[in-house]
Amino acid sequence: MKYTFHSQEPIYVQLAEIIKRKIVRGELEPGVKLPSVRDMAINAGVNPNTVQRTYRELEGTKIVESKRGQGTFVTENEKILHEIREEMKTKEVSRFVRSMREMGYSEMEMKAGLEAYLAKKWGADYD
Amino acid sequence: MIELRQVTKRYRRKIALNEVNITLTPRKIYGLVGENGSGKSTMLKLIAGLIYPTRGEVLVDGNRVDRRVSSVVSFLSELDEYYSFFNVEQTIAFYHSQFPDFDLEKANEMVKFMKLDRKAKLKELSKGNRGRLKLVLSLSRNAPIILMDEPLSGLDPMVRNSIVKGLISFIDIDKQLVLITTHEIQEIENILDEVIAIKDGKIIGRKVVEQLREQENVGIVDWLTSIYE
Repeated sequence: MKYTFHSQEPIYVQLAEIIKRKIVRGELEPGVKLPSVRDMAINAGVNPNTVQRTYRELEGTKIVESKRGQGTFVTENEKILHEIREEMKTKEVSRFVRSMREMGYSEMEMKAGLEAYLAKKWGADYD
Repeated sequence: MIELRQVTKRYRRKIALNEVNITLTPRKIYGLVGENGSGKSTMLKLIAGLIYPTRGEVLVDGNRVDRRVSSVVSFLSELDEYYSFFNVEQTIAFYHSQFPDFDLEKANEMVKFMKLDRKAKLKELSKGNRGRLKLVLSLSRNAPIILMDEPLSGLDPMVRNSIVKGLISFIDIDKQLVLITTHEIQEIENILDEVIAIKDGKIIGRKVVEQLREQENVGIVDWLTSIYE
């Protein structure tokens, strides 16, 4: 996977977000070891100090745990994984709602639009 | 640790550095950015002990810098100053003979990583491969301070990319301080801890790059444009 970063936000925040998304969609499974700081730095093309900061931040949210001398692992705690999943969902939904509000759509329109879109999408996927 | 205290460097009538004060601490990658002739190379050469300040002091780990500083400072020059009749292997062997901290194993690993032909003569190497070899030579030393003068200059994007990857792969960030001068900011922006802007021999700004993004929501290029005029 190619990592791209923008300049409006610190890289450690963007990288943490990418890793959280991987965990939520199951690409990084519970209990799995994250790449070493150096390997992650090489893959993402960023400073190893930044990766260290990312891992520290993720540890702070308990979604990963570091085991001394062994590395950093995705948590196996179901409750935490569930919370992160919910948190990511809320964040994405709020982004959508904010953007729709900015353009002047009502809640009714948002819901109807979303339903219509999903109905169409759903059909298309099973074509 | 590197310290410049009230450093001025004058070449005949031209002032290359003008009363510069700066302290750089280990375990970080610093970018020194500015136009041609702004004083970047002069600052590196002063730290490497290749030239001496006209006024002020340059200190490395508390000691006043002279030629002997080369035992703790690995300096990658902007110029190609190698023996053109040597091949890659011989050049590495030569460096190994010159610096006690030269790590031959690491050098060989890097040669592989950079896909360099060990038997190729230096005069036959492309500009890009000479750039790659220079990186190998400077990073193969287990020196606490690595200075790189324009490691990306004049190289095509593919080579620049491989040099940045090589840099991330082979520096020991827990032990080393890296100072890079460049005007290719985009390639290097994601690997810098701090950026220092220099203009007409004066330091005109210094930022922790992640803080710049966090507090001002801009990258290095935008910041530079705003202060450089």
